[in-house]
Amino acid sequence: MLTKRIIACLDVHGGRVVKGVQFVDLVDAGDPAALAARHAREGADEIVLLDITATHEGRQTLLDTVRRTARELFVPFTVGGGIKSAEEAAQVFEAGADKISVNSAALKDPSLISEIGKSFGAQAVVVAIDARRDPAAKDPVRDAQVFLQGGRKPAGRRVVEWAREAEERGAGEILLTSMDSDGTRAGFDCELTAAVSEAVNIPVIASGGAGTVAHFADVFGRGKADAALAASIFHFGVSSARSLKEELVAAGVPVRLPC
Amino acid sequence: MRVTVIDYKAGNLTSVLKALRHLGTEPVVTDSDLSLIESAERIVLPGVGHFAATERLDRTGMTGAIREAVKRAVPFLGICVGMQWLYAGSTEAAGQAGLGCFGEECSRFPEGDQKVPHVGWNSLEVKGSPRLMAGVQDGEYVYFTHSYRAPVGADTAAVAKYIEPFAAAVECGNVMGVQFHPEKSGETGLKILRNFLELEG
Repeated sequence: MLTKRIIACLDVHGGRVVKGVQFVDLVDAGDPAALAARHAREGADEIVLLDITATHEGRQTLLDTVRRTARELFVPFTVGGGIKSAEEAAQVFEAGADKISVNSAALKDPSLISEIGKSFGAQAVVVAIDARRDPAAKDPVRDAQVFLQGGRKPAGRRVVEWAREAEERGAGEILLTSMDSDGTRAGFDCELTAAVSEAVNIPVIASGGAGTVAHFADVFGRGKADAALAASIFHFGVSSARSLKEELVAAGVPVRLPC
Repeated sequence: MRVTVIDYKAGNLTSVLKALRHLGTEPVVTDSDLSLIESAERIVLPGVGHFAATERLDRTGMTGAIREAVKRAVPFLGICVGMQWLYAGSTEAAGQAGLGCFGEECSRFPEGDQKVPHVGWNSLEVKGSPRLMAGVQDGEYVYFTHSYRAPVGADTAAVAKYIEPFAAAVECGNVMGVQFHPEKSGETGLKILRNFLELEG
């Protein structure tokens, strides 16, 4: 049986994992390679590493971090943050990523999706979408506004139509972050996730708002998510993937339990 | 041990090479050098993407070299599209023949309520006692990402179920294939790769 995926997300800045609420008050949370290995050992189905600074100078640091993190990691490994071209994507793959995620750059030039897919396969291209409900729209959920540059600037796109276009252009998965829920620990935006998941045939990874086990069960059920991203709840041992999954099994959600 | 990994310009080999190195081998990669196929003690054909890309194997003469190696019983492992290539062909690229070790044809998952592609960790049901699956228990999980698959047949070594049962692994003599990605499937995947590397004559 195909299981729901729990994906551990590591935000990195200058070669270290950091955590903070909405990118403010960053606290050092450790070494990316060590944390990725620990999450994989404890049962995370996948690791996502997001470069939250993504500066030009930081590029080499990121590639070193990716190389070091990938070395002993034998679960799928996605890297995102500031990838602007197929050449940059190729360097990240070369360093050991299995998938890359693109966000702002794909909004600015959607042909980037197919360009990367052509060389590395559609399964390797994750399109990340940051969306916020639009109370002024006829359908505030399906027409949620898409933002770029880490949520700072509206992209002039609506979430469902952009997700569909990304799929048509060859995206392998959608990583959907609800900006309304992000950092709140009050639960995923299940309506938003379901609207996107029903509109496309590729997997949708829900992100933003994880706080309790019930939130995950909810987004896999009501939210129709194929996978869910968890960042801060895994740090500092607040909750391990193993304990999260054991509770999900008890709640009737199919997940892979580590050996 | 001389492990030759075939590059036919379909996707990224980094993870496969990393896993093979982790298991103590020094794999060599070729995209055309037939001598590396002739001298190989193990051949691995990874591959993601479109079945049509396997045309490159024919054009470079690698198909013929692989066929000869397989006749000499050199253990061969196809991964993902590399497994599908062991069959007669795939409806993904009509007219592009596979190696034909297995007579069936690969085809796309049927459209319906469930999403295609099939992406994520799915459980295996081992059939018989294939050498590739030694030590793998029913219910162990491996990572898949694909839209086409091979039907269950006499040589199926493991079955997975998505929409309907399909061949997750195949084995006949020293010709083996896995639809999933052992290099991305944690300890279970490494165990399967180790089985392949440790096969005895």
